Amino acid sequence: MTNKKFKQNTKDYEFGGGNIAEPPMRKRTRGFLNSKNVVPYVFVSPFIISFLILTLYPTIQAFIMSFQRILPGQVTFIGFQNYERIFNPAFFKALSNTTIYTIATVFVLVLVPLILAILLDSKFVRFKTIFRSALFIPSLTSVVVAGIIFRLFFAESESSIANQMIGLFGFDPVSWQYTGWSGMLLMVLIASWRWMGVNVLYFLAGLQNISKELYESADIDGANIFQKFLYITLPSLKPIMVFVTTISIIGGFRVFEESYVLWEGNSPGNIGLTLVGYLYQQGIQQNDMGFGAAIGVIILLIIFIVSILYLLITGGFKRGDE
Amino acid sequence: MKKKNDTVTKWLLTIIIAIIAFIALFPLISLIISSFRPSTELMRDGITFSINWNELSLDNYVYIFTQAGEYWQWYGNSLIVSALTIILSLFFSSMVGYSLALYNFKGRNLIFLFVLVIIMIPFEVLMLPLYQLMIDIKLINTYTGIMLPLIVSPTAVFFFRQYAMGLPQELMDAARIDGCTEYGIFFKVMAPLMLPSFAAMAILQGLHSWNNFLWPLLVIRSNDLFTLPIGLATLLTPYGNNYDILIAGAVMTVIPIVILFGLFQRYFVAGLTTGGIKG
Repeated sequence: MTNKKFKQNTKDYEFGGGNIAEPPMRKRTRGFLNSKNVVPYVFVSPFIISFLILTLYPTIQAFIMSFQRILPGQVTFIGFQNYERIFNPAFFKALSNTTIYTIATVFVLVLVPLILAILLDSKFVRFKTIFRSALFIPSLTSVVVAGIIFRLFFAESESSIANQMIGLFGFDPVSWQYTGWSGMLLMVLIASWRWMGVNVLYFLAGLQNISKELYESADIDGANIFQKFLYITLPSLKPIMVFVTTISIIGGFRVFEESYVLWEGNSPGNIGLTLVGYLYQQGIQQNDMGFGAAIGVIILLIIFIVSILYLLITGGFKRGDE
Repeated sequence: MKKKNDTVTKWLLTIIIAIIAFIALFPLISLIISSFRPSTELMRDGITFSINWNELSLDNYVYIFTQAGEYWQWYGNSLIVSALTIILSLFFSSMVGYSLALYNFKGRNLIFLFVLVIIMIPFEVLMLPLYQLMIDIKLINTYTGIMLPLIVSPTAVFFFRQYAMGLPQELMDAARIDGCTEYGIFFKVMAPLMLPSFAAMAILQGLHSWNNFLWPLLVIRSNDLFTLPIGLATLLTPYGNNYDILIAGAVMTVIPIVILFGLFQRYFVAGLTTGGIKG
């Protein structure tokens, strides 16, 4: 309705407005570039250009490259050979590492921030803003800085903080960076430390959207604090939980940097090899771009399938339609 | 009776949260303290609980300010790249978002759909073809090459669109009647109204570009063009021969951002909660 009114106004303007003193030719080009039919396209043109060159072209190219053998100055189509080569031990190691990492980070990065947000939202807590900021500050650090810190925390020496702490429980020092399970632990810790605060903010926003009236009427019905949590807070938070989980799943399968800052791309026995790390290793370090592109396509498919499945299970799609 | 109970809960909860907040900040605090420790000791022992207070000194910082020319070169590169990324991406993304929100034109919904789709596509999948493209158009090892994929940010477009949807359209009509061109309406009337969204996106884009790792890692070849994260990562070797620059240098990449955060908290929060979608 407002749009109709709009068009009316512009027409009035195009007929009646304009500078009469100007020569007609100039007026027409100016009028053309300034017409409401053209201006929006001028405004969105940077996006369209960037979309065509930096998204659409590379997407198509990624699929094409995955069927090619790419040597400097010589590109040959080799059918599905890249894909046939993919299913090798290193890839499965990367796949299992990435899957474990994703499950662990999703678990930590949904559960802990949820609890923290509920605590922070409670009317009993003081200095909320300060605590919120404190939880958030780690998100400002780059992954490299986080890597430096955690490498030093978990240094091999007996006196490093991590080894001192397990020493309290009578365990021997661990060379954290070079052992399978602890390498994974380090990756998960780096990611959790950096993303915790952001997820807390999402949940806080979700909590603040819950109408106070719901709690009031529950009070009238005599519900206790746990019933209120179970029947009001949790169901109301479901959309935001689905959202946070989805981005954590996608982020999990894209993991690379946490591994890179720990092992610079070459972890002992591939304990830190991730899918994107494998893509980097093959596509960039080994310069086998066709094979790398095929790995990329597989990663895309995995992320696509897993997130669709997750959204189907949780009914995330239905919610969007409502 | 009930009041007294409330006070106890209040302080108990506050103390619990304070402990958690301390744990969250502990890694950064210990990094800062460690940056005053002798680098050889740090390399040997890692970060430790026990601190020899007599050994703390400004040596690492003195070294970095007097000897580490390449560190400042990286710092300068990061500043230039981040500043240009902020300016260009804000300029382009705001125009796109504004247009998607306030004009009615053919293909608008399709373009908006593309914005959402791009947010969903993992960058890593496009990385190799983009890298190839950068080689072909000779943008490898240039500032432009580092910035190009960030310039029209779909997240920023999305954010600007959401923000512009809430602006009063009557103002546009009023400006038209006053004889303002469509471009004038955007730059003189509407963009100033979108200032808070510019602040939030400046911070998101700045932070993203300052901390960006994977793409610069591919595009930059020579030491003198390294950005801070890439440069610092080259110092991260198991031999630890550069720990003086590494630790003090790491502290100095974080401190400016934490100060900015203190000043513009609100915008950081707005920017990062949208930006979380794409790392």
